[in-house]
Amino acid sequence: MNWTLVLPELVLACVAMATMIFGVLRKGQDNTLLATMFALGGFLLAGVLVLNRGNGVGFSGQFLADPFSAFNQILILSGAALASILALDWNRAQGIARFEFPVLMMFSTVGMMVMASAGNLMTLYLGLELQSLALYVLAAFARDDVRSSEAGLKYFVLSSLASGLLLYGTSLVYGFSGTMDLNALRTLLMQPNAVSPGLVVGIVFVLVGLAFKVSAVPFHMWTPDVYEGAPTPVTVFFATAPKVAAMSLLLRVMGTSFAPVVGAWQSLVVIVSIASMLLGAFAAIGQSNIKRLMAYSSIGHMGYALIGLATGNAAGVRGTLVYMVIYVFMTAGTFGCILAMRRKGRPVEQISDLSGLASNDPILALALAVFMFSLAGIPLMAGFFAKLYIFFAAVQGGLWTLAVIGVLTSVVGAYYYIRVIKVMYFDTAAEPFDQRPAGLSFVVAATGLFTAFFFIFPAPIVGAAQAAASVLFR
Amino acid sequence: MNLVGVGHYLVVSAILLVLGIFGIFLNRKNVIIILMSIELILLAVNLNLVAFSAEHGDMAGQILAMLVLTVAAAEAAIGLAIVTIYFRNRGSIQVEDVNLMKG
Repeated sequence: MNWTLVLPELVLACVAMATMIFGVLRKGQDNTLLATMFALGGFLLAGVLVLNRGNGVGFSGQFLADPFSAFNQILILSGAALASILALDWNRAQGIARFEFPVLMMFSTVGMMVMASAGNLMTLYLGLELQSLALYVLAAFARDDVRSSEAGLKYFVLSSLASGLLLYGTSLVYGFSGTMDLNALRTLLMQPNAVSPGLVVGIVFVLVGLAFKVSAVPFHMWTPDVYEGAPTPVTVFFATAPKVAAMSLLLRVMGTSFAPVVGAWQSLVVIVSIASMLLGAFAAIGQSNIKRLMAYSSIGHMGYALIGLATGNAAGVRGTLVYMVIYVFMTAGTFGCILAMRRKGRPVEQISDLSGLASNDPILALALAVFMFSLAGIPLMAGFFAKLYIFFAAVQGGLWTLAVIGVLTSVVGAYYYIRVIKVMYFDTAAEPFDQRPAGLSFVVAATGLFTAFFFIFPAPIVGAAQAAASVLFR
Repeated sequence: MNLVGVGHYLVVSAILLVLGIFGIFLNRKNVIIILMSIELILLAVNLNLVAFSAEHGDMAGQILAMLVLTVAAAEAAIGLAIVTIYFRNRGSIQVEDVNLMKG
């Protein structure tokens, strides 16, 4: 039983190790294409195995296979797959194509999948570190580029500080409750006299550590620098899969173990959420670099997603999960368009470089416009429905302040998203971009169609999110 | 003559944690000192875990402490590798020089 539950993780880890051995044995040849194909095959295989896996508890409660973990794992795998398709051509063009890139991506994806199904604070830490250690290397992957190595250094320092704080919180929770099992903690905290100040301090430390990982204000300092400095395909990866994994941990830990003491952490989540929405809306206005703009945009989006957690009920969690799905696809698509911004073989990153894109490449401009409208939350785009579910949950949960601030910050945010569209459609045309690679067009088309036509088929995703959310806040 | 209880360990580990956090944020000199501060934080955690484990008579804390030791070694290796490539590109590992991206 144990081994069949972890089969997806085991298979992906084995594919990653086999790819690594394969790459080392075939030294001196171009292994990137094959390694990326292995990675995509691994992600696909793991996805199929997750879908066919039964529910259950493995390794004495360390590992939980339930609809919640399956939902997040599928989302993580899709984000990783989209990022590795985008990475292939870009890394080649930049001269940093090495087979280690997909291997590192697979290792960090295994870590994220473990995070999504952690049933114990130990498993949680194991998954988190497996993910982070691979991500440190990925951020500094363009090792001859000073900005990439600076991004790697910053991410390493701040992320390991966050892991340290999370771990300190874990040790306090363990010390003041005597268990690290998430379900046992929940049972224990049902008794009012089991809650001690030391335990609450521990919960706050855990919350801080996880807020770092989802880059919520005031723990967001690393995000803009790392997004800007890291190679763009790595930024795509950073903006999608790890966010889902960290958000699923946050939901799982707060929604399972610490749900009985919701009063102790709810106000903190509300403050973090409001601060993230405000910073995401206002700090992005002055940005001229589109990767930095997307960094602030992702901080803002994490603020919206956290509203669902702040409600402290299953409807809110459902809203957050739907939000994460839509966020992953629209962000991957936007970064696909950013990766297409190359002139004479060199990447350009300024918003002004997009000027007149509508006359040079109308299809790309249309796709980017769809993503920008969706990120801004304009009706009928996917991003609008994401916000709708979240705000409904907030209003139902009585959190009017959050809903009102959310709507107001979306209006502010619309300003800088629509500015990008204005630059593309109404400014005088600049030099055209280089020919788009086929993989990039595929990713942009797929995510663009999803974003534009989500309103036709929301039922399967919302239903799956509903099933996943019912696991928490029972 | 007081016996050393779990409270004493908690105080020592809290001091180590605070030293580690201050080492990261107040240090303006060398990136290596930041790596040392991170190790200090993990050390504080280990002390906590082992003390609580002895207090509860439960092995889980010690197992996590072993795991943390392993991860700390891996983290130090990767951190030093990143510092090395950073030095090769920038020619300095002074903290005030880590400022190419701002805003």
